[in-house]
Amino acid sequence: MNLPVIIKFVIDLLAVLLLALGIKGLSKVKSARDANRLAAFAMSLSVVGLLSYYLGTSGIAIQSWIWIIIGSIIGSLFGAILAKKVPMTSMPETVALFNGCGGMSSLLVALGVAIFPISSGQENFDFFKSLINEVSISVSIFVGAITFTGSIVAMAKLQGWLSTPGWTQSKVRHFVNIVFAVASLIAFFDLINGNTSSIWLLVIVSSLLGIGVTLPIGGADMPVVISLLNSYSGIAAAAAGFVVDSQLLIVAGAMVGAAGLILTQVMCKGMNRSLVSVLFGGSLSAQSTASSGSGEYTNITSCSVEECALTLEAANKVIIVPGYGLAVAQAQHTLREVTKKLEQNGIEVVYAIHPVAGRMPGHMNVLLAEADVPYEQLKEMDVVNPDFPATDVVLVLGANDVVNPQAKNDRSSPLYGMPVLDVQEARTVFVIKRGMSAGYSGIKNDLFDLPNTSMVFGDAKKVLNDLIGELKDLGVGEK
Amino acid sequence: MSFISLLWVLLLGSLLGLELIGKVPPTLHTPLMSGANAISGITMLAALTLIVKAEGNVPLLIIGSVSLGFALFNVVGGFFVTDRMLAMFSRKPSNKK
Repeated sequence: MNLPVIIKFVIDLLAVLLLALGIKGLSKVKSARDANRLAAFAMSLSVVGLLSYYLGTSGIAIQSWIWIIIGSIIGSLFGAILAKKVPMTSMPETVALFNGCGGMSSLLVALGVAIFPISSGQENFDFFKSLINEVSISVSIFVGAITFTGSIVAMAKLQGWLSTPGWTQSKVRHFVNIVFAVASLIAFFDLINGNTSSIWLLVIVSSLLGIGVTLPIGGADMPVVISLLNSYSGIAAAAAGFVVDSQLLIVAGAMVGAAGLILTQVMCKGMNRSLVSVLFGGSLSAQSTASSGSGEYTNITSCSVEECALTLEAANKVIIVPGYGLAVAQAQHTLREVTKKLEQNGIEVVYAIHPVAGRMPGHMNVLLAEADVPYEQLKEMDVVNPDFPATDVVLVLGANDVVNPQAKNDRSSPLYGMPVLDVQEARTVFVIKRGMSAGYSGIKNDLFDLPNTSMVFGDAKKVLNDLIGELKDLGVGEK
Repeated sequence: MSFISLLWVLLLGSLLGLELIGKVPPTLHTPLMSGANAISGITMLAALTLIVKAEGNVPLLIIGSVSLGFALFNVVGGFFVTDRMLAMFSRKPSNKK
């Protein structure tokens, strides 16, 4: 062993250790930010380690430096700009886009090695070695392509650029996807048999498979899909690690792959969906409209902003239930204004955060934190549920399915079993909503029919602005 | 590295990943996903290897460079965006009056 090898070994080991600590730290609120920086540092360290290794052994040609610099500058620049500019509400699709590009990177590496075999130093060609190489190239291409096209489709759907085509909700899609899967298997074996040109077939059909699997999945399930694709991009990186013979890549890829899988599982649990039903069940709304989605509302009470303000003024304890509608209306700052007024009047205000509020678990916390809502006021579902009976007013803002009592009471409901916030236990419930349209699931919300529920129709931001005005007139928060 | 030892590396890495995040508060799901996502851009090392070993093969240099670009887009963007999200949580003490 010579010096460059030892140095690289030590640096790689250190990088793995720091990456592991980084992932661990990211799962705790206190340490999360430092952990993220630690992981970023570990990544740069690993680059330094690799480059110094090549400088110390084979040397790096000027031409290589030029291409390294071009690639890094363009990639980093676009990444940094997008990361700074993107609004917090579009976080899910941004993560999907980044993720897809990681998959694309693994795909390209494998493709490059497959088309132009690089001299890896081991000249003794043996069958076992080349088989491993071909398998890892195929896996890297297969998973990389699925990650890329799947993430891009996920992003397009979240952005609203792409809707769910009707045929994807029928059984046809299973047939289509099976055809793609079988075709990629054929391409895979053909490749191992030495037919290099079938690599293009593999690229094409696995890309199509990524589209075919993601396209039918509805918006509500998209976070789970992104998390799963995130896990895939780790697997793709690990496969690329086999291709270029790098332990560091394999460890880091495997860690992300496994951690992503756990996170996917945790998310599924929060949404009461199994991974299988997310992937193969199609979008929830398509199934439910047939079963119980079409019930009619019989007892809707609508009320004005003024009444709402009067009730709020008289309250002692108010719980806010924010949902995706709040994020769409960009009303989190206006909401904060309202709650500030209430707090100044001595009213206790708490935010009830459903595990899947917003568009991704944790997304709502980020949005409210952006609006300066103190972290202590955000209460998780299990903590806040026992508080509802002692609560005077609940404000539901753009949330729907997560406050549907059907999930507890109606065994025939597709929502049955999903953990929900028991807002109906409170004395008065105000639901601020644009109209009577259903939530993601497309299911009627029994909450709206209850006698203690009043609907305040209107755009969340406008209603909240009006509410501020009304509260001002009442002299709330003026002292 | 022999193939077998690489498989060991894969196995142990996966087990480590499974152990690392046992209990995550829902608050952190999005940042954690985004942070882990940035780490998966570690394929940039594979892209670098490709470029260094290209030995003047221009198409391979280009593929490597594009791949490096995609990976760094993932890494740099991912870490920045995660930091932006987490910065909002850590701002909380200054809010308390």
